[in-house]
Amino acid sequence: MKSKERKELAKWISVKLGKAGADESSVYISNSRKIEIEYRDGQIEKLKESTQNSLSLDLYVDSKYSSHSTNNLDRKDLEKFIEETVSMTKYLSKDKFRSLPDKKLYEGETDLDLKLNDPDYSKLETRQRVELVREVESAAKKRSDKLISATAGYSDIFSESVMVNSNGFIGEKVSTSYSCGAEATVKDGDKGRPEDYYYSRSRFFKELPSPQFLGEKAVDYAVRKIGQEKINSGIFDMIIENRSVGRILHALYGPMSASSIQQKRSFLDGKIGKQITSEKLTIIDDPLIPKGLGSRSFDSEGITSRKRTIIENGILKDYYIDSYYGKKLGMTPNSGSSSNLVFEYGKRPIKDIVKNINKGILVTSFIGGNSNPTTGDFSYGVMGLLIEKGKIIKPVNEMNITGNISKLWGKLVEVGNDPYPYSSWRTPSVHFSDIHFSGK
Amino acid sequence: MSISAKGAAAASIPLLFGNNINMAFGNDMSGSSQLGEYYSHFGIDKKMIQDIFSTALSYGGDYCDVFFQHTISNYIGLEDKQVNRAFSNIDFGVGIRVLKGDQTGYSFTEDISPKAMKLAAKTAANIASGSGKVDPIDLKLIKPKNYYPVKTKWEDVRIDQKIPYLQKINDKIFSLDKRVIKSSIWFIDQSSYILEASSDGLISYDYQPMTLSYVSCTAEENGKKENNSFSLAIRDGIEFFTPKRLDQLAEETVKRTVSLFDAVKPKGGEMEVVLAAGSSGILLHEAIGHGMEADFNRKKVSIFSDKINKPVAEKIVSIVDDGTNPSIRGSINIDDENIESQRTFLVRDGILESYLHDRISANHYNVKPTGNGRRQSFRFAPLPRMRNTFMLPGPHKKEEIIKSVKNGLYAETFTNGEVYIGAGDFTFYVKSGYLIENGKLTKPVKDINIIGNGPEVLKKINMVADDFKMAEGGWTCGKSGQGVPVSMGLPTIKVSSITVGGVR
Repeated sequence: MKSKERKELAKWISVKLGKAGADESSVYISNSRKIEIEYRDGQIEKLKESTQNSLSLDLYVDSKYSSHSTNNLDRKDLEKFIEETVSMTKYLSKDKFRSLPDKKLYEGETDLDLKLNDPDYSKLETRQRVELVREVESAAKKRSDKLISATAGYSDIFSESVMVNSNGFIGEKVSTSYSCGAEATVKDGDKGRPEDYYYSRSRFFKELPSPQFLGEKAVDYAVRKIGQEKINSGIFDMIIENRSVGRILHALYGPMSASSIQQKRSFLDGKIGKQITSEKLTIIDDPLIPKGLGSRSFDSEGITSRKRTIIENGILKDYYIDSYYGKKLGMTPNSGSSSNLVFEYGKRPIKDIVKNINKGILVTSFIGGNSNPTTGDFSYGVMGLLIEKGKIIKPVNEMNITGNISKLWGKLVEVGNDPYPYSSWRTPSVHFSDIHFSGK
Repeated sequence: MSISAKGAAAASIPLLFGNNINMAFGNDMSGSSQLGEYYSHFGIDKKMIQDIFSTALSYGGDYCDVFFQHTISNYIGLEDKQVNRAFSNIDFGVGIRVLKGDQTGYSFTEDISPKAMKLAAKTAANIASGSGKVDPIDLKLIKPKNYYPVKTKWEDVRIDQKIPYLQKINDKIFSLDKRVIKSSIWFIDQSSYILEASSDGLISYDYQPMTLSYVSCTAEENGKKENNSFSLAIRDGIEFFTPKRLDQLAEETVKRTVSLFDAVKPKGGEMEVVLAAGSSGILLHEAIGHGMEADFNRKKVSIFSDKINKPVAEKIVSIVDDGTNPSIRGSINIDDENIESQRTFLVRDGILESYLHDRISANHYNVKPTGNGRRQSFRFAPLPRMRNTFMLPGPHKKEEIIKSVKNGLYAETFTNGEVYIGAGDFTFYVKSGYLIENGKLTKPVKDINIIGNGPEVLKKINMVADDFKMAEGGWTCGKSGQGVPVSMGLPTIKVSSITVGGVR
């Protein structure tokens, strides 16, 4: 579907919804094309190609709200769909807080060129994609004689969308995203077959790391787990590798949403302006980074994106406020979801941080566990590497860390200089002191 | 690989309500005329399927299947005492898969026109690179047993019939305990119509109903807040929601929430753990179930690779994965590649018996498929997946098991789990339970993770009670980006030692 056609269809739906009785509406149409390849044992394991359409509607009928989606974009079927969605909405309870965002929130630049669309996408042939993933697998296979199996993976997605809000917002997006990497499984004597992965993501094809690097990293990560074992419970310094920090950051982030605050499911309720972590933590939500994996000039409601400080030297500065819960709380909406997270990064790489650790565990992955957003209680499984006197001694696994997430972040003593580049959350490696690990 | 019971809380929840589905399937018709109705529902016929096969296999593929699906989902939500939100989703399309040995070519289209399907078939065909000619394949109808008959299909239930259920649950919640300050309720139903044909000459259809009710509440005591939830999920119709069940939803949610006020954290480390009957079956899902999925074993990346016919547990331990349990969330009449549902023994009397197979792995191992080829939707190729995974009852009594523990943990409710299938490390998160001290349940505990190694923990199951129970909640299993509904079950059991998260 071409841009003009998509926009016309969205406007047509918007008008039809109005005629059917909706006071306000938001119409979102997206079309995407996705290609996925898995490569193993010198041949393609799976090749998948597809295109996908979707329409979603938010309806406001006499202060009653419902939302609907379908992948059938046929106009005749849509007329019926529209009639039915509007008429069912009437059965719901009135809710005076339900309406589109205030028009003022649409002000500002919403058509910035954030460089999210790779101009080379249309020139890319399946052959090139297969060649890339073949090279990743080949590099993995050559890396270690401990390797049992390596599967290289590649995917890309091209998507286009339009959003039409009946109170005057129209926004369009075109974006590309690429992912490439591998998973590897290695022998560990009679014990087990430890596995790990290394995956990269980027907005532009040519910015993916080399296949050699990706294949070798995946195997190296698996190999470093060989000989892993549970050790005695105790107090350790904890360093978390950048790519795994998202797990404990998520435990802080869930409770920052306006819905959690309003529904009394957040231990961060009432904490704006208060110290919630150690002063080493500063987080900025920056939606406007060119080529960023979480970049956007407007959010899923049409609210204009702006750079905001979320945590500054450990002090909570802002929540994530969507328009509905913002109205309920009497707070100005600023977007209900995170975009790119950037940090005030430290001065040293992780390997230098390790050198100063007397007794510590470098956590390379979390496994399972959860956190309680209402109280901040958490408990996570971890695996990683034991550090003694500045040196990595051996891999460890089958251990848990348990406590309160705000207290945990209070023990942050250093932040690395190594933002994780393959996620919209550009987390650095982090170092905490005095953490209890449960093991044997 | 992970599993989660947080069914309804996501923001992007889709849905739908009644009367907009242009079809009427009779319940009393013979199979072949029902097949005709499925054909006309999807706007296709036998000849079109044969044409897809011939295009899909034209480059020399060994096997092809087509999977038509129409799914209508409805979500109704209550918050701040009002039923003030509803979501619906309609999903319609066909997936086309071609196999060449272990290799898969896959494409799907949301446009069921001959032209669009031909293009998708060609895309999938590309996995092979030779040539092939296929004579029209005749299709034999499979009529599997129906494990989830419903009186009224969900699309015939109007939204105004469902709204009072949410209000009743909400009223009950607030009447039960003055400490409750907020409640949130989701009522979800789904109808999925499936028509699948495979190039080995089989065709089948299925109606798959599902309902999930998810209730959470927040209570406050002396300035301290706690939140917890309870859900019931089943392949059944609205008749499932008797007044007793609505009360159960409210009562369990409140009970599970207020009990957290007194909860403590155990001292972390290895200890004896008793798993309560029911959703503790999450242990099996993570400790052995994923590792027995045959795609991992075909690739030799599971810790259970090469262990078939070897002893893995004590004789009192038998573990099955079963798709035939009436109305249970993980049951299927037929899997998503035309294999009838069945019960598969993973472990029989302590001996590892069978992997969970899809067609690719069954072909690889030269065994019969076990009916575990499942997919999230027509957008995905099937993989070996679990259905309802549970342990059969054993010789012990619950009371004697608890009595046998000096210092340990009694784990009762869970939210999620995860496993690394090669190393065998797995976890599950205990939302609530009790300490066991000198053979008695004492203080409640909350929010702790349990971590262990699959094969080692299986060996340490040394008591199995006779009180088997299936989980009731809305469990969804995630693997390779695909979520499928599953269930699990367990009698009360004891694990002699496992690492429990806790304080110093």
